[in-house]
Amino acid sequence: MGARAQPVSRTTQFFGAAALLIVAALVLAPVLALLSKATFGSGWAVSAWPSIRFTLFQAGLSALISVAVAVPLARALMRRRFVGREIMISLLGAPFLLPSIVAVLGLLAIWGRSGIVSDALDALGLGPLDIYGLNGVVLAHVFFNLPLAARMLLQGWQAVPAEQFQLAAQLGLTPRARSRLIEMPVLRGAAPSALLVIFMLCMSSFAVALALGGGPKSSTIELAIYQALRFEFDLAAAAQLAIVQLAIGLAAATFAFRFAKTTRFGGSLGGPARHWDSGPASRITDALTLGAAAIFILLPLFAILAKGISGLAPGLPPGMLAAWGISVAIALASTALALTLALSIAHLVDSSRYGSRIEAFVLLLLATSPFVIGTGLFILITPFVSPFALALPITALVNAALALPLMLRIIRPALGRVRANYGALADGLGLAGWSRFKLLTWPQIRPELGFAAGLAAALSMGDLGVITLFAPPDTQTLPLLMYRQMGSYRMDAAAGTALILVASSFALFYLFDKGGRRAGT
Amino acid sequence: MKTFLFAAALCLPFGSVIAEEKPTLTVYTYDSFISDWGPGPQIKAAFEADCGCALNFVGAGDGAALLARLRLEGQHTKADIVLGLDNSLMEQARQLELFAPLTQAPEGLELPVSWQDDTFVPYDWGYLAFVYDNTKLSELPSSFETLAASDLTILIQDPRSSTPGLGLALWVNAAYGDKAANIWAGLSDNIVTVTKGWSEAYGMFLAGEADLVLSYTTSPAYHLIAEDDASKSAALFQEGHYLQIEVAAKLAGSKNPALADAFMAFITSDDFQNVIPETNWMYPATGVETPALFGQMIAPQPVSGPLTISDADRKAVVEEWVRALSQ
Repeated sequence: MGARAQPVSRTTQFFGAAALLIVAALVLAPVLALLSKATFGSGWAVSAWPSIRFTLFQAGLSALISVAVAVPLARALMRRRFVGREIMISLLGAPFLLPSIVAVLGLLAIWGRSGIVSDALDALGLGPLDIYGLNGVVLAHVFFNLPLAARMLLQGWQAVPAEQFQLAAQLGLTPRARSRLIEMPVLRGAAPSALLVIFMLCMSSFAVALALGGGPKSSTIELAIYQALRFEFDLAAAAQLAIVQLAIGLAAATFAFRFAKTTRFGGSLGGPARHWDSGPASRITDALTLGAAAIFILLPLFAILAKGISGLAPGLPPGMLAAWGISVAIALASTALALTLALSIAHLVDSSRYGSRIEAFVLLLLATSPFVIGTGLFILITPFVSPFALALPITALVNAALALPLMLRIIRPALGRVRANYGALADGLGLAGWSRFKLLTWPQIRPELGFAAGLAAALSMGDLGVITLFAPPDTQTLPLLMYRQMGSYRMDAAAGTALILVASSFALFYLFDKGGRRAGT
Repeated sequence: MKTFLFAAALCLPFGSVIAEEKPTLTVYTYDSFISDWGPGPQIKAAFEADCGCALNFVGAGDGAALLARLRLEGQHTKADIVLGLDNSLMEQARQLELFAPLTQAPEGLELPVSWQDDTFVPYDWGYLAFVYDNTKLSELPSSFETLAASDLTILIQDPRSSTPGLGLALWVNAAYGDKAANIWAGLSDNIVTVTKGWSEAYGMFLAGEADLVLSYTTSPAYHLIAEDDASKSAALFQEGHYLQIEVAAKLAGSKNPALADAFMAFITSDDFQNVIPETNWMYPATGVETPALFGQMIAPQPVSGPLTISDADRKAVVEEWVRALSQ
C-alpha cells in the first residue's frame, strides 16, 4: 500500500474544493430551488411506490447482468491478441453514446416484433419475438452498459503488471490458483464500481424503460419526476422524488465502496502483458465470447448505419451544419471542463482521508435527474439573467457534471496506482506540483484520461440535455434537430441526423481514447 | 386586420425613436411548430412583412412543457403570446391568470364544435385516431370495443408524459365513462408498448412494431402529400373521436400589447391559416381551403362530452389509466 507521505498540498486542496463546490451546487441547488418554489399540501405521492420498486429491480438486474457478462468478455479481450482488437475495444464505447431513441430503434431492428430475429423465427413458424416488458428493458440496458462494464474491468486487468502473468506461468499455476491470485483481486477492485455506475445509470433511465417496458408497470422514478414537472407542475413531489433518487444513489454508493477492495499489484517495467494460459478450451471460450459480444453490439449499430445512410440520401437537411458546429463546440468545452473537474477531484480523493466519501458524493451526480437540474437551474438563473444568454455555457457545464462520476471512477484508480508505484520515489526526488504531474502522472494515466475524455465528449454530444429549457430561438444542437425532425414526421431525415450524430460522437470518442492509448499499453 | 396593424404601427414610435430598433414580439410555442418543416418560418415571414417588427418564436418542448414553462416564469415571463396549448390544458392555463382577455372576437372561425372563449383563440384542430398501414391490415377496428376484442397490436403514448397520450385517456373516458377501466383492461393485451411521446410511438410504428399507432386523422395526409405514399389510413371509430383544438393567448404582462393584439388577429387571417395544413398537418381553424388530398381523410364526429377538463378530473382519468393497465 502506498503511504501518504506528503500532506495534501495547498493546490490540491484548492482545486479539489472548488470542483467539489460545483458538484455540490449541481446536486443540491436544483432540489432546493424546487423546494423554494413548491407549494406543499399535495402530500406524498403514493403512486410512486410501484415506480420505486420497478426502478430498483430493473436497475439492479441490468447492472448484475451487464457486469456478469462483461467478466468473460474483458478476460477474453485481455488475454487474446487478434486483428481488429483495437477497433473492437473502441467500438465498445459506441452503444453507450447512442441517444436513447436511436438505440431503441436500432435494437428493435434486430429484436423487435418485425426485427431480423423475429423474421427468422417467423420463417421457422415460431412467431415473432416479444421483448416488451422487463426483458426488453434489461436487454436495452445491457446493450448500453455491457461495453462500459467490459472497459472498466479491462482497465482493472491492465493495471496488473506483465511480470505477474509471467510469474504465474513460470510457477505453473493452475487456472484455479491463477483465478484466486490475480483475477479475483482484479474483480474485487473493479466490479463493484462497475456495478454501481451501471446501477445508477439505469436508475435514471426513462424513455428506454418506458418504450421497451410495455406499459405503466415499467414506470421509473424518472418518469414520475417528468410527470410531476411537466403535467402536474407539482414541484414538491418532483423534489421529493429527486431526493428519493439521491438517497438510493447514496445507499448504493456506500454499499459498493464497502465491498470494493483495491489490491496493489506492485510496479512494472512496463511493456505489454503476454498471457501463457492458453489451453484449447479457454481459446474456444474466448473466441465464442468475443464473437457473441461483437454480434450483440454491432448488429443494432449496423441497423442504425443502414437507416441513417438512406435518410441522408436526399442530402443534408437545413440546419444540420450549424447544429453540428454547436454540438461539437459544446462537447469540446464540456470535455475540457470535465477533465479539469475530474483531475482536481481525483487528486483530492486520492490524497484525502475522506477520499471514498468524497467520491460517493460525486457519484450522486449520476442519481440526479436531468429534468430537476434543468428546472432548478432555470428557477435559480432567470431572476438575474436571460436563460438564453447562458444556454451554451450551462449546457456544457451540466454535460460535464454528468460525465464527471464516470471519469472519476476511471481516473482515480490510475492515480492511486501511480502513487503506490512511484509516490515514494517522486517524494524522495522532491518532484511535486506541476512538474510531478507533467513528468510522472500524465504519462502514466494517459490511457485512462483519454478514455474518460472520450466518454465526456461523446456523452455531451449525444445528450439532449438542458438545452431544451435554455436554447435561444436560433440555436439547436444535433439531438434537438433530430427530435424536431421526428416531431415533424421526418423520421428518415431524423435517422440521417442520428447517424451524423452517432458518427461524430464516436469520432470524438475515438480520437480521445486512441490518443490516450497511443503511448500506453 | 388593417386597424390592428394601424394600432400596432401607432406604438412603434416609442421603440424606434429611442433605438431605431424594431419592436420584438416574443411567441412561446412547441418545438415542432418552429422546426424548418413546421409552420413557424412561413408565419414569421408573413407577419414580419407587415408589422414593422421582429417576430421571435421560442420553442419549449411540447404543449405540456409550454404550460410548465409559463408556470415557472409566472409574471416574469418574456412571452407576449403563447401559442400551442390545447383544450386539454386550457383550464389549467386559465387558472394561472396570466392571460389578457381578447380585445376582439376572432373572425371567421369554422370548427367542428361551437366555440366561445374570451381569452383563447383556436388556430387549428384535429382528431386523434389510430393510423394503420392499409397494405397490411384488412380487418379494421370500428370502435374501442372491437379493437379490444381483436388480436390487433397498438402503440400508444403515456398520458403522464405526452399530450396525445392524455388525449387518448380522455377520449376513452368521454366515450365510456364508468366503463373506461374495462375498456383499458380489454385493450391491455393489444398494447405492444406505451411510449414517452408521439415521436417514439410513430417511429416504432413505421418500423413495423405494431398494426396501429395513436396519431391523428391527418397523419395519412402527410404521407400522401410529402412522400407520395398512400399506404397509411386512419380507422374510423363509432364512438366519435377526441377533438384537439390548439389555441393561442396573449399575456397580460406583454410589453407590446398592441403588437400582440395584431398577432392575435393575424392568427385567423388567411396568411396564417393557409400555412397550417401542410406544415402542422392539422385542419385550419377558419374556412380557408385545405389541400385537395385532405379530402381523402376520414371525417369523424367529435366524441360527446365536454371539450375542456379540470385539473382534478384530468388527474383522476390518468390515475385510472395507470391502475387499469398495471393489473
